[in-house]
This record gives sequence, structure tokens and C-alpha cells, in this order.
Amino acid sequence: MTKARKILENIFSRHIFLLLTMLFVFMPIYWALVISLKHEKDIMQKPVKLLPDPATWENYQFVWNKTGFSKYFINTIFVSGLSAIVIVIFAVLVAYGLSRFRFKGKKSFMLIFLATQLVPYNMLIIPLFLIYKNMGIIGSLTTLIITYTTVLLPFNSVLMKSFVDGIPIEMEEAAMIDGCNRMGVIFRIVLPILVPGLVAIGSFAFLSSWNEYIFPVMFINNKENFVVSVGLNFMIGQNVLMYGPLAAGSIIALSVPIMIFAYIQKFLVHGLSAGAVKG
Amino acid sequence: MFSVNTDLRKKFNFKKFVPYIFLMPAVMLIMIFLFYPMGSVFYYSLFKYNLAKPYANGFYGLGNFIEIFTKDKVFYKTLWVTIKWVLSTVSVQLIIGLIISNVLNQKLKCRGFFRAATFLPWAVSGIITSMLWSLIYNEHMGLLNTVLLNLGIIEKGVAWTSSIDTIFGAIVVAEIWRGFPFFVIILLASLQNIPESIYESCKVDGAGKLSTFLYITLPHLKQTIIFGTILRGVWEFNNIDVIYAITGGGPANMTTTLSMYMLNQGIRANNFGYAAALTVIVSVILMILIYFYMKVMGYSEEEM
Repeated sequence: MTKARKILENIFSRHIFLLLTMLFVFMPIYWALVISLKHEKDIMQKPVKLLPDPATWENYQFVWNKTGFSKYFINTIFVSGLSAIVIVIFAVLVAYGLSRFRFKGKKSFMLIFLATQLVPYNMLIIPLFLIYKNMGIIGSLTTLIITYTTVLLPFNSVLMKSFVDGIPIEMEEAAMIDGCNRMGVIFRIVLPILVPGLVAIGSFAFLSSWNEYIFPVMFINNKENFVVSVGLNFMIGQNVLMYGPLAAGSIIALSVPIMIFAYIQKFLVHGLSAGAVKG
Repeated sequence: MFSVNTDLRKKFNFKKFVPYIFLMPAVMLIMIFLFYPMGSVFYYSLFKYNLAKPYANGFYGLGNFIEIFTKDKVFYKTLWVTIKWVLSTVSVQLIIGLIISNVLNQKLKCRGFFRAATFLPWAVSGIITSMLWSLIYNEHMGLLNTVLLNLGIIEKGVAWTSSIDTIFGAIVVAEIWRGFPFFVIILLASLQNIPESIYESCKVDGAGKLSTFLYITLPHLKQTIIFGTILRGVWEFNNIDVIYAITGGGPANMTTTLSMYMLNQGIRANNFGYAAALTVIVSVILMILIYFYMKVMGYSEEEM
């Protein structure tokens, strides 16, 4: 009797929670997928069907070809990719500098980096807007790359430092004894070992840039330079609300972060607890 | 690793300027595009600076602040909305996070899959979250109404995101969806540091599940909970993606948080000086809150 109760208890305590979580997590994605695969006329049809029957790709074709979405998509890849590359380069420099040298002001430097985690980034929007306006680059994709790099750099540097810290310094010392200089050490020893870290942080930076919304909404006003998030929001503002294409666009926009996420999720539990945490 | 002091290390130190070269690009960037704008916010807050009324621009002293505290009714309303928003999103995320991280820390079939699936919304942006949940809340073709109608719980479709009774709850649920994985991730990382042997000895001593959780697990997680809550609290305080995309702050400012109000003043109303003053108030409130929260939770630096 007690054993049966225990098993029951176990099932309830774990599986009920798991089941509810899975439902909660997947329900919105499932529904967007269903809507994106329905014919436009079936979406509003009563009673609402829980499966796309018959299914169609027309929403995907429509959103990709007819709404400028492909252009937004390429813009977003460009901005996120470039930001990620710059972030990785700067973060490696910072991480290596902090990990391998002792120098004056190192502690306060670390503190400032950690403190930027608590900065309300929305407060930057207005002054940055003015700065970019004065520079004459407001509305361009450059504003986004600069902003993303600046905002994301501190966290990613701290994360990168934990990767660099993991490389034994003895290897570098041995190489230096053998006549290798600092540059040689970095390029021949540190970077090759650091590759998994570079990829993880690059992906992380790419994902964060991809997901930015408020900065592009505020800085970008011409359709030519829209990124996916702004483009999707713009579609809601249109007179005719087309749920099918909107859902299809969301699924496309969602697919990229999910693929990246599938790759970096094994670093997550370790990485995010390494002292710095993204919101 | 760092205590080794070879001759080589001393040689490194000769080139004293080298480390600064490594940090230079990052420092420059952060100075120009992070600290300078932050400083300028404090500067602008003392000015009347309205693009729509340029004739009135100029030094205003504490005028903006006086206006905000004495005349601005919307400010107090948004303050209340912000409190509701932060408390409801963060507390529920924390509770779900605590439960799920404990479940996912046990031995389970397909644990890797369940973990990855639980973390998934973490990778989804605010705007996409808004899209997905708008499709669920939709009055005519939304999943929520469809299910509730089929179950006979409601008789007529509800317009979840335009009715004043449900709109706040609706955006809170969407935000929770996106935010709870954060707590699962950091709590799980912390849980993995608790040695299995402690749990075993608890079992031997006859401690029940609940008391084990209350007296072993929870105290161990205290640090993580404090930091997680602060970071998430600040984050929810600042983050307006979901609100901005689903409601735009409406109806009648019912979902306008302070951050949202600040942006509306600055960008939509072009009232930079006023928005800057609001920003300063936001920063001060945040700092005070963080300070008191750390005090209340009994956090001191030695515990680190």
C-alpha cells in the first residue's frame, strides 16, 4: 500500500509538473505552427480546427516573397552576424587581458563590467538616438551594430573570461620558453583551444542581437533597413491583418534562435552560472 | 594557477602597458556608447528639452522633477503598474523555476530532452513571444477561446487583450512564459552543486520530502535566488518588449510601466528633458530597491 502510494506520489510530483511545463512551453509554438499552415479562409472558420486541414505552404511563400520579409531576414543576419563577430573579437581581447595579466585598476574594471548588468538599457535609447542623429547615422544598420556590441560586450567578456581561465597558463609559458612571442602564443595556442568558447559566445551574441527589439524599433525608421522583429511588428500595424503570413513570419523568425539554442543549450547551465547572468 | 611566479611572469610585467592595449577597444566602446549616454541623461534631466516646443528649451533646474512629483498623475499610475508587473512576473517565474528545476534535477527518462525543452522559451525574443501569445489570445481564432468554448467554460469568445479585466493578466502570462526558463537554468546549475550524500543522509534520518526541501535545498539556493530575483526584477522593470508589442501601454495607461512611460515621453512626445528626469528617477528607484532587497535577504559581501 505504501509502496503504491509512493509510486503514485512520484508520478504526481514529477510527471504532472513536467506535463504542465511541456504544455505551457509548446502550446504557443504549436498554435503558431498550426495557423501558419492553414489556408487564410480556414483560419477564421468556426469551429476553429486544432490541426491545419488541409495544410498549405502558401503563407510562408507569401510572407517571404510579398512583404519584404526576405530583405528583413538578410538585414537581421547581417546585423547579428557582424555584431557577433565584433563582440567575439573584443571579448577575447578583454578576457585574455583580464585572465593573463596583473595590472593596476583590474578590480575596478571587473566591477564596472559587472555593474553594467544592472544598467536600465532603455535609458540609453534617447541619448543614443541623439548621438546617432548628430553622427548622421540614425536609421542605418550601423547604429544597431554599435548598440548591440556595446550592450552585449560586458556580459560576453565575463563569459569568455571563464573559458580563457580554463586554459592552463603553463602551455603558454612553455611556448614562450621555446621562443614564441605573445602574438604567436595567442594565435597558435590560445585561439585554437578556445574555439568551442568562441563559437558558443558568438552564437550567444548572435542570438541576443537577433532578439533585440526596442533598439531597432526606435532607431530604424525606413523599411529598407528593417530587421525581422521590426518588420513583424510593422505587419501588425497594417490595415489588413493577415494572421497566416504573420504566423509564418513568426515561425521563420523563431527558427533561427531555436537552431542556435539547440547548439548552445549545453553551455547554458554552466555558462550562465559562471558569475554573470543574462536576463 | 595564478600563484605560480616564474621568471617568465616577471618578464610579462615589464610590458606594463600591454594589458591596457587588450582592454582598450572594449573600454572605448563602453565609454562612448554606454557611460557617456548615461551621463548625458543626468545632464538632460536638468533641462527643458522638447523638440516639439523648441522655444521653451533651456536650463530648468529641478523643474522636471518637481513637475513629475507634484503634477504628473500618470507617473504615479505607472509606478503602481510597474510594481504589479514586476512582482507578479518575477514571483511566479521564481516559483515555477523552483519546482521545475527540482523536478529536472532528479533522475528522469529523457532528462536531456526535458531540460532543453524547458529552456526553450529563453531563446525566444519578446516580439515573437508577443506574436505567439497574441495568436493564442485572439478573440476569433485563438487557441484559448477555442479550448474554453469546447470545454464549456465560457459561452462566448473573450477578447483577452482588449478587455480591461484580462489584459494585464494576459501580458503577465506571456512574460512568464518567456522568463521562467531563466530561473530554471540558474537554479538547476546551483542544485547540481548540492552533494547527493546530503540527500541520502536526510533519507536515513527519516526527513520527508518537504522538510528536505525546506531545510536543505532552499538554504543552499539562497544566494542564487537573491541574485536571480534581483537580476530578473531589474530586467522585468526595464523590459518592455512584450508590453510594447501587445498593448502599447494601453488601454488608458493600464499597462504602462515606468520604462514604457519614459520611452513614450522621450520618443513619441519628443519630450527629452522630461523623459531624462524620469530615467533618473527610474535609476534611483532601482538602486534603492536593490539595496533594500539585499539587506532584507541578509546578503553581505563576505558570503560571496
